[in-house]
Amino acid sequence: MSRDDQRDPNAEPRTNPAPRILNVDAVPAGAAPVPARFWRTLEEHAGDSRFDAFVRQEFPSQVEAIVDPVQRRTFLKLMGASMALAGFSACTRQPAEPIVPYVRQPEELIPGRPLFYATAMSLGGVASGLLVECHEGRPTKVEGNALHPGSLGAADVFGQAAILGLYDPDRARTLTRLGEIQAWPSFLGAMRAALTAQTPLQGAGIRILTESIASPTLGAQIHEILARFPSARWHQWDPASGDQARAGTKLAFGEYLGVQYHFDRADVVLTLDADVLSCGPGSLRYARDFAARRRPGDRPMNRLYAVEVMPTPTGARADHRLALRPGQIEPAVRRLAAAVGAPGAASVDSGRSAAFVDAVAADLRAHRGACLVVAGAEQSPAVHALAHAINGALGNIGRTITYTDPVEVEPTDQLASIRALVDDMNAGRVDLLVVVSGNPVYTAPPDLKFGDAMGRVPVRVHLSLHEDETSALCHWQIPESHFLESWSDARAFDGTVSIVQPVIAPLYETRSAHELLAALSERPERSAYDIVRGFWSRETITPEFEARWRRWVHDGAVPDTAFAPKAVGGAAVPPPGADGPAAAGGFEIAFRADPSVLDGRFANNGWLQELPKPITRLTWDNAVLVSPATAARLEAGGMPATTGGEHGQIISDVVEVRCQGRSVQGALFVVPGHADDCATVHLGFGRTRGGRVAPGVGFDANALRAASALSFAAGAEIVKTGRTHPLACTQYHFLMEGRHTVRAVTLEEFERDPAAMTEGDETPPKTLTLYPEFPYDGYKWGMAIDVNACIGCNACVVACQAENNIPVVGKEQVLRGREMHWIRIDTYHRGPAERPETFFQPVPCMQCENAPCEVVCPVGATVHSHEGLNDMVYNRCVGTRYCSNNCPYKVRRFNFLLYQDWDTPSLKLGRNPDVTVRSRGVMEKCTYCVQRINEAKIDAEKEGRTVRDGEIQPACAQTCPAEAIVFGNLNDPGSRVSALKASERNYALLGELNTRPRTTYLGAVRNVNAEIGE
Amino acid sequence: MSQVFHRSTNTIARVSIFGAIFIIAGLLALAAEVSRSPWVTEAQVAREQPIQFSHERHVAGNGIDCRYCHTSVEKSSFAGIPPTKTCMNCHSQIFADSPFLEPVRASFRTGESIRWTRVHDLSDFVYFDHSIHINKGVGCTTCHGPVDRMPLMWQESSLQMEWCLDCHREPERFVRPRGEVFNVDYVPPADQLALGRQLVAEYQIQRLTSCSTCHR
Repeated sequence: MSRDDQRDPNAEPRTNPAPRILNVDAVPAGAAPVPARFWRTLEEHAGDSRFDAFVRQEFPSQVEAIVDPVQRRTFLKLMGASMALAGFSACTRQPAEPIVPYVRQPEELIPGRPLFYATAMSLGGVASGLLVECHEGRPTKVEGNALHPGSLGAADVFGQAAILGLYDPDRARTLTRLGEIQAWPSFLGAMRAALTAQTPLQGAGIRILTESIASPTLGAQIHEILARFPSARWHQWDPASGDQARAGTKLAFGEYLGVQYHFDRADVVLTLDADVLSCGPGSLRYARDFAARRRPGDRPMNRLYAVEVMPTPTGARADHRLALRPGQIEPAVRRLAAAVGAPGAASVDSGRSAAFVDAVAADLRAHRGACLVVAGAEQSPAVHALAHAINGALGNIGRTITYTDPVEVEPTDQLASIRALVDDMNAGRVDLLVVVSGNPVYTAPPDLKFGDAMGRVPVRVHLSLHEDETSALCHWQIPESHFLESWSDARAFDGTVSIVQPVIAPLYETRSAHELLAALSERPERSAYDIVRGFWSRETITPEFEARWRRWVHDGAVPDTAFAPKAVGGAAVPPPGADGPAAAGGFEIAFRADPSVLDGRFANNGWLQELPKPITRLTWDNAVLVSPATAARLEAGGMPATTGGEHGQIISDVVEVRCQGRSVQGALFVVPGHADDCATVHLGFGRTRGGRVAPGVGFDANALRAASALSFAAGAEIVKTGRTHPLACTQYHFLMEGRHTVRAVTLEEFERDPAAMTEGDETPPKTLTLYPEFPYDGYKWGMAIDVNACIGCNACVVACQAENNIPVVGKEQVLRGREMHWIRIDTYHRGPAERPETFFQPVPCMQCENAPCEVVCPVGATVHSHEGLNDMVYNRCVGTRYCSNNCPYKVRRFNFLLYQDWDTPSLKLGRNPDVTVRSRGVMEKCTYCVQRINEAKIDAEKEGRTVRDGEIQPACAQTCPAEAIVFGNLNDPGSRVSALKASERNYALLGELNTRPRTTYLGAVRNVNAEIGE
Repeated sequence: MSQVFHRSTNTIARVSIFGAIFIIAGLLALAAEVSRSPWVTEAQVAREQPIQFSHERHVAGNGIDCRYCHTSVEKSSFAGIPPTKTCMNCHSQIFADSPFLEPVRASFRTGESIRWTRVHDLSDFVYFDHSIHINKGVGCTTCHGPVDRMPLMWQESSLQMEWCLDCHREPERFVRPRGEVFNVDYVPPADQLALGRQLVAEYQIQRLTSCSTCHR
């Protein structure tokens, strides 16, 4: 295939070469491809016999050790010696421990019982409500705040991981000037001098650079400073806030507006490259509303269409999904706009998407006023404006979509804002630059050369959690208080105000943004509490302010502060080319914020780095993501290593991505369902500073971006370098070897015959076991997981990690298949590799009634409880790993090494005191959060009642935005979980093994459009 | 070739073969005894404390209820060690100048906690909850012994798992009426088993012997 051919943007779908399977060169001719109904990896999909052999090889890296007799003998000798020594090491007497009471015990505190405080976390100028569990003043766990409209009790991965962010030992701790420790008063003195010099100039040399601001108080503080220094300027740059979505409302309606979607009222939804369910403002609420319409039988099921470049969790939930190159999306949306009759829209030929678009348009027209079109944050303002126009034409405004005042304090064109700042700095017009949070040296488009421009500013001040790339170029580095340590306030996606209250005093000598900005005001020594409370006492003049304030702080949401819907005029359809010249064509690159570390701000958080990203299941890396066909054309890819460990690593080709003179090198990774002839790269990696975890992970995709094309770049090329790089991809771990693990039918099939879901399932009789039957007289715990509702957002994985003191193991150990997550999100595909259907299946311990693990433990370390849990007794475990070998679900995790950090003082504060901290050589697994079960049972016993349904929520179920995980008592016929288990969608994973798992699944139902077909 | 071993060696061999059983059994019995002995469990060993606090004086002498100091015993897993403020409630008036109480006053003055030596120290993988035991009629002295006769606190029981299981298997042998839980002078009636069975039924006491009851 010639180079020219690759660059032709309008090339119609060419006959793709048969999907070449990564680097596995030729599928042996004899091996007839047996397409498994569901598949996890491309090798499995192709039915490659070599891959089958690889899967059966349990320990690829240790093959030699087993075969070579000399090594085996040495191994046994060493093992014998270490066993003997290990035995002696247990002979220690318990050391004396001190017990340290309070001097004056806080009134509301009962030692041993946690307290919960409401607060909120802001991200990209939008807040989400949280409830923080504190043990004797130490925050240990974050939950969603059920009273907050943006949370409804759910929290996302970033909220869940905030605990580790707080206790991160690499946080900036002291105020420094040019690397030397300074005191706060000396900083105040320096500011006073700088401000005095600016007074006659009316502050013409002062620049404040912030992220998007969700805090009304902080906004008022900045306006106060600007009133004092009228010529000072406020700039904003926040890669996590939707700059283009903002510009889209301006383009459509002539003003910045907040946008709210109402998925509960939408029967048909179309997303345009929008991962609206798993990230962005309001996503927790949207996921809840969306999932409520995905349970057949409850309410009429909705239908979701997704058009996107890179498969996202939202796209995976779609009933119909179309992969398009970035440049193909706008024509498709224009065609749709014309088809639904948006005024002024002219139909265009959108190429291969035309049939899909026409079918979607017909479906949308059939659901006027009850449908919804959502454009993604990375899409151009024109696409956003078109989406608004389409919603207007379909009569959705005021029904499924409402507009309000913007949530941010001052929405602005942030690219123009940072560009203006760079120009001013280059021109020497800036004397004092105060960077309030953010890391612009790393995140700004590289062609602006922000760092160089900043070097011309005489006084540079940076407030940040970590000493990062920007700190290195600033005079004053001010350590920032974590949001769990400081007072503030913030608005949610619907405008609801939350008071952000600290749950712990600052661990270090840190300051919040409020205190830093106070230093620029006439009263520099105010505390954040006084500032925030003062602002609201002026806003709410009432004699009952004190009572109200206490109520607001307690609830975490200020009532009646949500914005009222705003009447808007018709959205204007932007003329083609409104965003400047159309993409130049050729190979395209899409830039995305990483689902785990975002723009790099969470790069030092080990929980998030080790979290397998949705769809790709990559950890500890970013990669150049391409479709199977594109990989085949590039003759690049990756293959699971056969010598590197227990199915852990993918040896991937390192490619060089070149774009307009810029280039980066990264490992290539093949993603089924990705659009052809384009690649997706995630930002936030390749950091050079910022802690012990952040630097050296992945490559900096930002180096490829230009300010003119922040989301998409055209005219790129990908060249193989000949080197390889190991990627830690958990998609290859714990493979199910083609067993029937996911059930999915169409809504039509399900309505015709609900039994179709479990057709062919083998359910052995209960008596078919050698072991005596267990009576479960009291409680009988069980769990139901709705595969149809799960959006694969990973919140449960991080929630479990925080609740159960699960360690981070590092990339090297993930490469060996030794990640410790107690719950994993298995991702299954069905259908062809170019456009697969995708299903997420969270897999915790199944708590089998006939548990294979229990009968093989030689020391009774895993035993059956009278409520049906497979108890794991760490202090008995000697680490034979028989249980794990005998577990058909592969949910047991072994501490091969001392993964837990026993030494770092700050990390000790964050551990859950109700869960044992495991050491080396011990097996562990999901316990259904038995600590929560016991606590609720004890509380119920003390009150002389039984545990109420819903009173116990394991960490995973509590944080799930889609309510996909339901836990309860199976002996209570009225419990939610009993009702779900009685559903026709209910099935047991590997039920044919007669393990009688307590965790069962609800099969997926797809509401397909017959016009498009499956 | 002459015999290497003398004939008597045969006897020694025989004795050691048969004796080995007794020697090994003896060693095992010794190990079992040692592991239950106060040398390991530190039961019955009075601990040195930074302040010579006497439960005998405060409980038997002054008749102070357990819950005056151990405030959270009915509400929480942790019975609670009194904050310095609790000491000062009385000792700002009584023995206000006693040199023995200087560490208490120093703590109150400086805000620095008193560092007591922990007497009842369960392993970190054991999760015990005071409140539910109190609620189900397990008296303080059932586990903690005659606290009112301890000038310096010691651990009365072994706190080993077999000791826990004694009661978890047969709670009727130990429970008492709820009203008597905090009574340090309580003497079980002669027909404890009959009373116990009645209380077990009345308080719905379960025989919880699943591992996850205490280990998680």
